[in-house]
Amino acid sequence: MRDLTQEIIELIRRTSSSLPPDVEKRLRESIEKEEPGSAARGALETIMKNIELSRANSTPICQDTGTPIFQVHYPVGWSTIQLKKQIRAALEEATKKSFMRPNAVDAIYDRNTGNNLGGDDFPYIHFEETEGEDLVIELMLKGGGCENVGRQYSLPDNSLGAGRDLAGVRKVVLDAVQKAQGQGCAPGILGVSIGGDRGSSYIKSKEVLFSEMGTRNKDPNLAELEERLTKESNEMGIGPMGFGGKTTVLDTKITGLSRLPASYFVSVSYMCWAYRRRKMTVKGEEVIYD
Amino acid sequence: MKHITTPISDDAIRDLKVGDSVALTGRMVTGRDAAHKWMIETFIKKTRPPQGDDMQVYEELKKLLNGSVIYHCGPVVSGVDTGEYKFIAAGPTTSIREEPYQADVMKHFNVRGVIGKGGMGAKTLKGCQETPGVYFHAIGGAASFLAQTVTKVHGVFKLEFGVPEALWVIEVKEFPVVVTMDSHGGSQHAVVDDASKKVLEQLLERP
Ligand code: SF4
Repeated sequence: MRDLTQEIIELIRRTSSSLPPDVEKRLRESIEKEEPGSAARGALETIMKNIELSRANSTPICQDTGTPIFQVHYPVGWSTIQLKKQIRAALEEATKKSFMRPNAVDAIYDRNTGNNLGGDDFPYIHFEETEGEDLVIELMLKGGGCENVGRQYSLPDNSLGAGRDLAGVRKVVLDAVQKAQGQGCAPGILGVSIGGDRGSSYIKSKEVLFSEMGTRNKDPNLAELEERLTKESNEMGIGPMGFGGKTTVLDTKITGLSRLPASYFVSVSYMCWAYRRRKMTVKGEEVIYD
Repeated sequence: MKHITTPISDDAIRDLKVGDSVALTGRMVTGRDAAHKWMIETFIKKTRPPQGDDMQVYEELKKLLNGSVIYHCGPVVSGVDTGEYKFIAAGPTTSIREEPYQADVMKHFNVRGVIGKGGMGAKTLKGCQETPGVYFHAIGGAASFLAQTVTKVHGVFKLEFGVPEALWVIEVKEFPVVVTMDSHGGSQHAVVDDASKKVLEQLLERP
């Protein structure tokens, strides 16, 4: 099997240092919405400078290079054991090159492994066999600060008056945004999943974040709720970094899962403005980066 | 934009108000979770006996932190093997995790400013009034940009905590921050939190 270690290092470099154009565009557009001279506007302007600088110098956009989340879609014939080894080797090397910060800490003994490799769980890799011919590796870096403000609700939630329907979902998501304040490095992007069990629900709320900015759910009811949540979140005036301002949430993505009759979970994953996700496609001999 | 150089005087601190944009210059020390826990347990509450070079580091820190600034930051640093350190990415980390410790650390070491992101709570706000000190909010995630303001890495303590958790002694030039908690009891975080809570209540009423 082909060795893709070097190509994966390049994927990591791009993900860590070069923000996707759709995210950058949204951020740039939001500058105009903030008052000239305000702290909110100053924050967005600094963010834009930082994005350019990181790209030019191949340095991490943010020092918290987060949890590396890999999604691998592989055609028949690839070995996931080999791919996993290559991904881990690439991550270790990318860390040596300072594209990544050593981020894997043994939770029991409080020791940083120093090479970004934890047990089997770090980095997080999800393999999915596909019927297509191309191997696709997607990578997202999910920062810790924004991960900490993610929330899960079990509906009904009486304190918020949230029942087991989309109206209830709306209420708990707005609550999550209010509680997050600027702590998740607002402006953020919301990944919301409805249903599942506690584990699958959280995983899905991250998976939806792999889609592009502005991608709406095909279900018109969910699409409408996505837009409404973005709009109403911004009415709360939390603003970039929580300084106060008009830009709190850049986009919302919702997905639904099957649930047990007894459970109704809503999970909210908050993604900071440093919304780092990239993709590489192996097409025959060629490797294409998005 | 106000320009401030460390060490910072009482007057200069009292002069700062919530909302002020400041460019910081001079020496400061990074410290986050492990560092704060270690300072509290070893030197302030003394629930853990000093080990290894703890006491030497303590003497150095007393001098370095007096009138200066602690930066909540876990940087990406190159040259860790060679000792030719360079800050590659160095944005702020979430400060609220240091809420149990911060006020005591500020008072013990006479720390005049804390840089981080997300703001801190009532205990630290009180610490800011008493020390006196302020909370400087840096732009979360602006790591490459902020690393460029680090003109020199003087050295590092407690590298055994790991690169992000170690105490790095750095020199910065015009490091941009916004005062979001001042020494007069003002907190932008409390204001935004209250205002957004009111809006949330209205939103929850909407069909
Ligand atoms: S929340 Fe995001 S931008 Fe903020 S420090 Fe963490 S990774 Fe960086």
